[in-house]
Amino acid sequence: MSGKSINVVIGGAAGQGLVTIGQLLSKAVVRAGHHLLVTQRYMSRVRGGLNTYAIRMGGEDLSGGTESIDILAALNAEAFSRHVGDVVDGGLVVAGTDFETGEREALRIPFEELAPKPLFHNTVMLGVLGRTIGLERGILEDLLRQTFGRKGEEVIGANLEVLRNAYAWASDRDYGFSRRVGPGSGPGRMMLNGNEAIALGALAAGCNFVSYYPMTPSSSVAMTLIAKGAPLGLQYEQAEDELAAMNMAMGASYAGARTLVTTSGGGFALMGEAVSLAGVSETPVVCIVVQRPGPATGMATRTEQADLDLVLHAGHGEFPRAVFAPATPEECFYLTHRAFDLAETYQTPVFVLSEQYLADSYRDVEPFDLDGLPEVARPLLEWNGGEYKRYAETEDGVSPRLVPGFSEALVRADSHEHDESSRVTEDKAVRVNQNSKRLRKESGLFEEVIGPDYYGGENADVLLVCWGPTLGACLEAVDRYEGDKSLAVLHFKQVYPLREEQFMDFLESAGRVVAVEGNATAQFARVIAGETGFVIPDRVLRFDGRAMTWEYVLKGLTDIL
Amino acid sequence: MVSIEEYGDFDTSWCPGCGNFLILKSLKQALAVQGIAPRDVIISSGIGQAAKLPHYLRCNMFNGLHGRALPVAQGIKMANPEAAVLCVSGDGCTYGEGGNHFLAAIRRNIDLTLLVHDNQIYGLTKGQASPTSARGHVTKAQPEGNRSDAFNPVSVAVAMKAGFVARAFSGEPEHLSEVIREAMAYKGFSLVDILQPCVSFNKVNTYGWYSQRVYFPQNHDPSDWGAAMVLSEEFGDRIPLGIIYRAEKPVFGLGARLAEHEYDKNDLKAVLQSYT
Repeated sequence: MSGKSINVVIGGAAGQGLVTIGQLLSKAVVRAGHHLLVTQRYMSRVRGGLNTYAIRMGGEDLSGGTESIDILAALNAEAFSRHVGDVVDGGLVVAGTDFETGEREALRIPFEELAPKPLFHNTVMLGVLGRTIGLERGILEDLLRQTFGRKGEEVIGANLEVLRNAYAWASDRDYGFSRRVGPGSGPGRMMLNGNEAIALGALAAGCNFVSYYPMTPSSSVAMTLIAKGAPLGLQYEQAEDELAAMNMAMGASYAGARTLVTTSGGGFALMGEAVSLAGVSETPVVCIVVQRPGPATGMATRTEQADLDLVLHAGHGEFPRAVFAPATPEECFYLTHRAFDLAETYQTPVFVLSEQYLADSYRDVEPFDLDGLPEVARPLLEWNGGEYKRYAETEDGVSPRLVPGFSEALVRADSHEHDESSRVTEDKAVRVNQNSKRLRKESGLFEEVIGPDYYGGENADVLLVCWGPTLGACLEAVDRYEGDKSLAVLHFKQVYPLREEQFMDFLESAGRVVAVEGNATAQFARVIAGETGFVIPDRVLRFDGRAMTWEYVLKGLTDIL
Repeated sequence: MVSIEEYGDFDTSWCPGCGNFLILKSLKQALAVQGIAPRDVIISSGIGQAAKLPHYLRCNMFNGLHGRALPVAQGIKMANPEAAVLCVSGDGCTYGEGGNHFLAAIRRNIDLTLLVHDNQIYGLTKGQASPTSARGHVTKAQPEGNRSDAFNPVSVAVAMKAGFVARAFSGEPEHLSEVIREAMAYKGFSLVDILQPCVSFNKVNTYGWYSQRVYFPQNHDPSDWGAAMVLSEEFGDRIPLGIIYRAEKPVFGLGARLAEHEYDKNDLKAVLQSYT
């Protein structure tokens, strides 16, 4: 086991407070200057079940999750029995005294002794875990002060006392775990998950309208936008269904708002008709689709990358679109910002395709650079150019987009085929002209495609092709691979459109190309085949609802190579 | 002063004698009387013959999808609270395909006016029963008679305590125009269900059928919810017209015009700072 990182897994039932412990500990880890990657697994229930909150901390960049556990904090017997087998040699098990741990040596915390009430058990666990991974007590104390700040001095004082007792108790124990990771890039970094980063990217792009219907695992995008944006003027509404959410977004966008909708695959399926409406009415909208396993209700709280086909083909008829697939919170932020610019510039739907794993995965990131962001395109508020035609035929297919109600010119948008002045038409020449005009916008979108990132030496024996958050597992698999072949990774963060010249050389010069995807049918490999004719023969596919890990990739490669 | 002429005069694809013509005329009249210029009007519509109305009016419009005119209209108003927002569509679009949106719009109570051209039939698809067709109404698609009860939109809206609920008849254009004006002046969600003969496909609910039944109730107090509930149930030999129910209620809060809205960069920096 490499000493680069420590993986702390807190396991227990929903309602036992593992997320509270996990988030406090995570924040403390980041404030102590370490890198961090949090992976959450939870069940679709409010109480009970087995959930885990895994905190991987290290001195170097952490790319993906891992299966092996260095410290297991089991809040109940099930968490212990299910995960004790994943604890590495030299690892530590932390548990209360309320269930048996058999022959396994464990640090048993006497909760009753250390806490006056069960209410404080989370603070006890925080103190013990903080001590075992070598965090300074002061960092934990500051966090508690902030967390309970609004509850008054009495609550803060009681929690601080419990924390100090628990920390001291752990300091006095010889629990046989002394591994430490080096500091990362120091304090001052942000800690946030993929969904929060998407919401912040949207705000940075000027997003001031969100309509949505709650759906796991997408809801926290809207919740973050409301919490952070509403005090600054963002308008929001929880629609009666996804059809309403998307159509409400159409209305707001037409009237000049910068608009976001957020949902998961099942909800997005309902939005399909209005995606088509956005296409023909040339209404900008950014759709955040946070994937979970389907079909239909699938597994509500697990992860998968199986909605690429849906997003690529959503909406009837033909119209331009772009699809981004971020791998990290940084990419969530910057690609969402970019999605707004493309949507506004080309007046068409643009998609950010995330997934549960990234949505709930906290990382430490460099503070985002607001000042360095490019300007986002805006619609016109004034019109002085003679007769205004909403769908004027232009060389690049982009018609001047005017906001209604700000000038004498009338703005008329239509779902029917229409002429330049929005009059409904069935004239075959006008139809061809308008459809061609809309599709000409694809040339502009094509010019702006972000090419894939290549990691590795030239002419690798094996090239792993991946998209979205599967990147981390691929990078770490390459890092940990001990065979005699040279490995490289080609990662796509924009999955549509594709520009062959940005990546065909990599595919053609590699000895073997392996698609690594979180779905059962290698959807992205099929997109590449469809766009370029290049068929990727080998696949490592995961569709058990869990995120790709380096262990899974290496095992898959062993089977192939 | 705004003249009716400013709202234009267009060729339509409506059948000669269609009730839609008088609704269009009454709407123009209501807009002109209020002094609202075309640039300040935004109409959202769905699909169907009624939904074509904004194509025959000089105004801003978003002609969207079947059943979805209300969500679009609400999005428009949320983004531009200063615009006079109308939503125009038929009974199939509003009460069938868009039924859930109708219920939600009443509950949400965003300040806009919904005009429903209610002809109790599907006209554009040539004569099937609509949600407001009476039980037993015989059509090509319901040869043994409509097997479902009619949806009573006025009754449902009153039951949900929508703030402004009215019924009008295209054969009474002066009254219709006045009701539209009052609906638009009302602060909150207002419904005007407009009886309107489909001269091509509804051979039951004809101009004569409606004319013989409609009446203007005397001494009805629209603020009396119980009385409104009783009156709203009346739809048969006699059909009451006018404002059935009116009450003040909390209006969905709106912000500034979003097209002009921009975040202060320091505010955004403070938001990012909260994640360190």
